[in-house]
Amino acid sequence: MRSKFGSPVLDASARLLAPFMWLFAAYVLVHGHDSPGGGFQAGVILAASIIMLRLVRGEASPPGLTSRGALTFACAGPLLYGGIGIVSVLSGGNFLDYGELPLPMDPVQIRVLGTLGIETGVMIGVTGVLVLIFDVLAPWDDGTV
Amino acid sequence: MSEHLPILIVLCPLVGALVVPLVARVSLRASRALTVVATLSSLACALAALRMVLDGDDWHYHLGGWAPPWGIEYVVDPLGGGMAVVVALLAALVAIYAGPHLRVYTALRGAAFDSLFLLLTSGLLGITLTGDLFNLYVFLEISSLAAYALLASGGERAVVATFRYLLVGTIAATFYLLGLGYLYALTGTLNMADLAIRLATVPPGSAMTVGVVLIVVGLAVKMAVFPLHGWMPDAYTYAPPPVTMFIAAVMSKVSAYALIRVLFFVLPAGDAVDTARAVLSWVAVAGVLAGSILALAQTDVRRMLAYSSIGQMGYVVLGLSIGNAAALTGALLHVVGHAVAKGCLFGAIGSMPRQTVQAEIAGFAGAARRAPLTMAAFTVAALSLVGMPPTAGFFSKWYLLSGALDADVWVFAAVLMVSSLLSAVYFFRVLEQVYFTESPSPPDPGQASGMPPLSWRVVVPVLTLGAAVLLIGLFNGALVTSVIQPALPEF
Repeated sequence: MRSKFGSPVLDASARLLAPFMWLFAAYVLVHGHDSPGGGFQAGVILAASIIMLRLVRGEASPPGLTSRGALTFACAGPLLYGGIGIVSVLSGGNFLDYGELPLPMDPVQIRVLGTLGIETGVMIGVTGVLVLIFDVLAPWDDGTV
Repeated sequence: MSEHLPILIVLCPLVGALVVPLVARVSLRASRALTVVATLSSLACALAALRMVLDGDDWHYHLGGWAPPWGIEYVVDPLGGGMAVVVALLAALVAIYAGPHLRVYTALRGAAFDSLFLLLTSGLLGITLTGDLFNLYVFLEISSLAAYALLASGGERAVVATFRYLLVGTIAATFYLLGLGYLYALTGTLNMADLAIRLATVPPGSAMTVGVVLIVVGLAVKMAVFPLHGWMPDAYTYAPPPVTMFIAAVMSKVSAYALIRVLFFVLPAGDAVDTARAVLSWVAVAGVLAGSILALAQTDVRRMLAYSSIGQMGYVVLGLSIGNAAALTGALLHVVGHAVAKGCLFGAIGSMPRQTVQAEIAGFAGAARRAPLTMAAFTVAALSLVGMPPTAGFFSKWYLLSGALDADVWVFAAVLMVSSLLSAVYFFRVLEQVYFTESPSPPDPGQASGMPPLSWRVVVPVLTLGAAVLLIGLFNGALVTSVIQPALPEF
């Protein structure tokens, strides 16, 4: 990307839009089990908001995500997913058996929370990867990704 | 923890792949060490799991606690566990081997390389362990995508070669998925064991035939079986040395494993499978001959080895299409022996200083004097592919030959002999340069003094593989009775 192409109008509308996109991403994530949506879709919405901010306000803009941060997201999301699987192994279940997570609740609630946990992992991973794809396809002026 | 060994085999490199890019920001050295540790621990888990399976029953592990056929299960049996050990061994050795090669990379690229390498490893290990055909497809894609990126990292020509592989490989994976769709439509299950039971009651029909054809063709492309091998020589030639070493050694073998698994453990014996095997046998004969003849025509050693791989995969396909106990034993022994020998050959070539870009055969003049140890390993591995006793290749060809004679197919026996002679010719062209030709004199003084001694990280993996070729040959009896015969399907 050559440079940001912000103007006062774009800047104001992007800033207005972003919080609603995040809210909608959170809704799609949490509501994924009984309406269309889930971690992947929430991640796409989140990534769209970050790419929008990046186009309008440039990479360094505070609520955005740097490439470095995106790489961290891309690794941390799957790690959260796998981490929940490993915690359930450590607490006596099979891999990804999140009914076995050591939480003080009844098993159904634990299973729902476990699902939400791995969906959050998916969301973080998808966000990171999509922002990274955008950055690789449109590198900054100095050639850095 | 030992009851979780089947998943740990796959999980070690997978978690490693995710942690390596984060660690590399702090220290590239630490992330390199982590890569080696991840592959070594995977190897340890695979060995422990195989040991326990050989002592007892097959090992079923239910992911998430969901019992099959609803949930995904991992199955360690002698066949899959043995393959997992081969893959993990090669991965650990290549992880060590890659060290000096990555020194020229920036921290970010080095981390990306290691991360992709670990992803490739976990994908291949997953294929060997999963008991679910769709899960196998997912792992096939994970390993293929990681392989595309790794192969393409060798420069501009590598990118073009890999793009071609990407197109062909994606179509192949889609074929596999489509074929799987037909089997799923017939039975409503994707679990291998369940599918085997249900398919046995399904009357043969066109849906079954189409499914079998699509799956076999898809996996054959991934194996680079002649005439579906077009993507392979270029992809192997231009990729960075550690990548070629690993991918040439194990990737086509793992696809061969998947084909054996589907043909002998999932699909019911009947017309569809018999026809598929009959066609495969003639394809294999053509592949063995064409691979050997095309290898003769090459002047670049890496291309020669790539075509030799096509011929050698022909042996494996021949073994599984003959399909009696001796021939299958030969095919499986050849999978192991060829994986180790090809890894050794590509490793030895990759360790040569890049005096010529193309690794021309003439460039190997006097190589034995410059790198005696790796060239000795190269020679042992080459002799194994030719089929000299007491290397691994002799015994696998012996089993294949006795399998062909048991089945009264004299043509195949003749083809085996002819192609062994051909491979002797093309390997001795290289060995002649290595041992009997003086390096071009006078040697460039700057080049001679500036040539650094090979790092132990390069020499040790190549020597280990060379020794393994000999050991597999010497102890083939023990290997066959303790691992390969329990791995065979019931006849």
